[in-house]
Amino acid sequence: MSAPAITVEDLGKRYQLGEREQYMALRDLLASAPSRLLGRMKRSEDEPGDVRGHTWALRDINFEVEPGEVLGIIGSNGAGKSTLLKILSQITHPTEGRAVMRGRVGSLLEVGSGFHPELTGAENIRLNGAILGMSRSEVQARFDDIVAFSGLERFLDTPVKRYSTGMYMRLAFAVAAHLEPEILIIDEVLAVGDVEFQEKCIGRMSELSAGHGRTVLFVSHNLEAVKQLCPRSIWLEGGRVRDDGPTDDIVHRYLQQNVAMTNAGAWTDVRNANRMGTGEVQFEGVCFCGSDNAEGAPRSGGRLTVDLVVNAHRPVRISSLAVKVSIPRGPLLIEADPLINSDLPLELDVGQHRMQVEIESLDLTPGSYTIGVSMGRGGSGRAWSVFDAVDDVVRLEVDGGFHSQTRRGDRPVVPSRSTLNHLSVPVRRAQ
Amino acid sequence: MGALANVTKTAADTLAPIITVNEPSSGKVLPDMRAIGRSREVLYFLTWRDVKVRYKQTAIGAAWAILQPLISMLIFTVIFSHWAALPSQGVPYPIFTYCALVPWTFFSTALTQSSGSLLLNERLVTRVYFPRLIIPLAAVCGTLVDMGLSSIVLVVMMVFYGIAPTIGLIFVPFFVLVASAAAIGLGTLLAALNVRFRDVRYIVPFLVQLWVFVTPVAYSSSLVPEKWRSFYALNPMVGVVEGFRWAFLGVPMSGVDLAISTLSATAMLFVGLVVFRRMEDTFADEI
Repeated sequence: MSAPAITVEDLGKRYQLGEREQYMALRDLLASAPSRLLGRMKRSEDEPGDVRGHTWALRDINFEVEPGEVLGIIGSNGAGKSTLLKILSQITHPTEGRAVMRGRVGSLLEVGSGFHPELTGAENIRLNGAILGMSRSEVQARFDDIVAFSGLERFLDTPVKRYSTGMYMRLAFAVAAHLEPEILIIDEVLAVGDVEFQEKCIGRMSELSAGHGRTVLFVSHNLEAVKQLCPRSIWLEGGRVRDDGPTDDIVHRYLQQNVAMTNAGAWTDVRNANRMGTGEVQFEGVCFCGSDNAEGAPRSGGRLTVDLVVNAHRPVRISSLAVKVSIPRGPLLIEADPLINSDLPLELDVGQHRMQVEIESLDLTPGSYTIGVSMGRGGSGRAWSVFDAVDDVVRLEVDGGFHSQTRRGDRPVVPSRSTLNHLSVPVRRAQ
Repeated sequence: MGALANVTKTAADTLAPIITVNEPSSGKVLPDMRAIGRSREVLYFLTWRDVKVRYKQTAIGAAWAILQPLISMLIFTVIFSHWAALPSQGVPYPIFTYCALVPWTFFSTALTQSSGSLLLNERLVTRVYFPRLIIPLAAVCGTLVDMGLSSIVLVVMMVFYGIAPTIGLIFVPFFVLVASAAAIGLGTLLAALNVRFRDVRYIVPFLVQLWVFVTPVAYSSSLVPEKWRSFYALNPMVGVVEGFRWAFLGVPMSGVDLAISTLSATAMLFVGLVVFRRMEDTFADEI
């Protein structure tokens, strides 16, 4: 049995709060004696006066990763995921404890690190390869594969400043995907790019771990991707390991904790929710209510109104807008999509829009459900593309109803009759 | 410490030769030169990027590297030779000053570029790991390429004025090394300070502006009173400029000056690297 690829022991990282240490003005420097200056340079944390304003981004982190293992790291924003990866990649140092990596470490905390807009695609491949730790001969040997993976053969001699965002990401990920260190550390890089490309990237990562025996650490808000890639996951919360185990269990518990009960009539901010999609237009807020009274909980067999605020980053045409009601972490029961069967796609200008989907009859037994929403485009011969999909954002309580003809459990999903009201013109417009 | 012993033992069992330990402080005084050696490809590519990008989308491209010292030479010739009638130790004044401008332009540009390099490459500092020292080093190396270009003009001028090079030319690499040591030392020091104290970016242009006056670029160091000479030579560029004039133009130079300048440059390099090492652990947190 070989030693673990990664050993993390009692790791902690403390950050100074506030701006005191940063952008220090020269007069502060001149005012203090040179000896004090040297002391400050050494370790600012050691100064007794600085103890007051600090926060532990990570504390008491312990875990091991076996060679060839693929470990997912999940947690909400600010849980310490990025700090952990930065320490493992040696970008920053821990305040206490230690991390030991056995093997060449390649980290990908950002796609296209060191890309220079003035350089051509081919030049950036070489530059980025070197920065990520590939030798010149390695880059040379994999150059054709990288280009083929990116699908940008025709644009290799074009400066990347003329690339679209999508092309830029393709090229950047293509280089990173051909990095073959023993330990690969990846942060949230799948948040960009279209679904097809994300699939390609996930495919490449599982290939690296399964086929080449690489140890992979993968941080993502995309829980589906984590489930797909990582048999084991660590759940970080408030800088500590909350849970460590098989990904399915961890994700299950994580979701349970994070989908809190939502009151009817209250807006839920979904801007920072876990989501999938290309992001041209995104959900910002979700609110539901029973139509009988605005604050009352929806009733079984009654009407359900879901209000949505979406923000279009560019003009888009939407041919699907779905509200999905499911049992928490269970099967999907209702899918209401007022657009999908109509031949009139919805054209959205840049800016915020408010929309309302009305489900005429909520055929559900009383109980708890979750609501998810998605927007997309496609149909009739065109490939589907999902702009934005947010699952399980809102917890819905359904009260006892008018009639007993309700659905629950494992019956097939039937499209519900629903109508769409496009309530408002864009609130703000691009120049 | 049981954990420590355990780690060392199990590490020996693996086949993977590279073991990285990230701990609160490595306790080293100087940057890890072997790590820099391993990352020489990054140094090469960052240098290459700097050179390539610097003159992209400029109308005359790399000619800027030549134009800067050339224009300084013209102005200096008019003001200091024609109007102020400064002596030039028996050499035509234009080549006398150009010969000094070649290393001086290198030094001042390298200093400016390297002191701003960490901030300029903030994304690299916070997103990728390679030895941080590579970043200011690449800035200095990129400037060396410019000096190569401006030296061509020096050779052309020597042909024009019919000046034969001396055997001293073989020492030119040494003088370049002294200038580089001073630029790297001061550049890394300022680059590191710049991460925490943004005052540096206001100091550097001013510093360079003043520094040219205490360097024998426009005038001959023979004008400096004897009792001040040793003190004057603490400026590493005094020895470098004198060395260049001696090697290319055969102007006599002071060995004492060169020795003092060399020591001073070495001290700068050492101080710069020590301060850089002390501060580099927190770059990513503070930039």
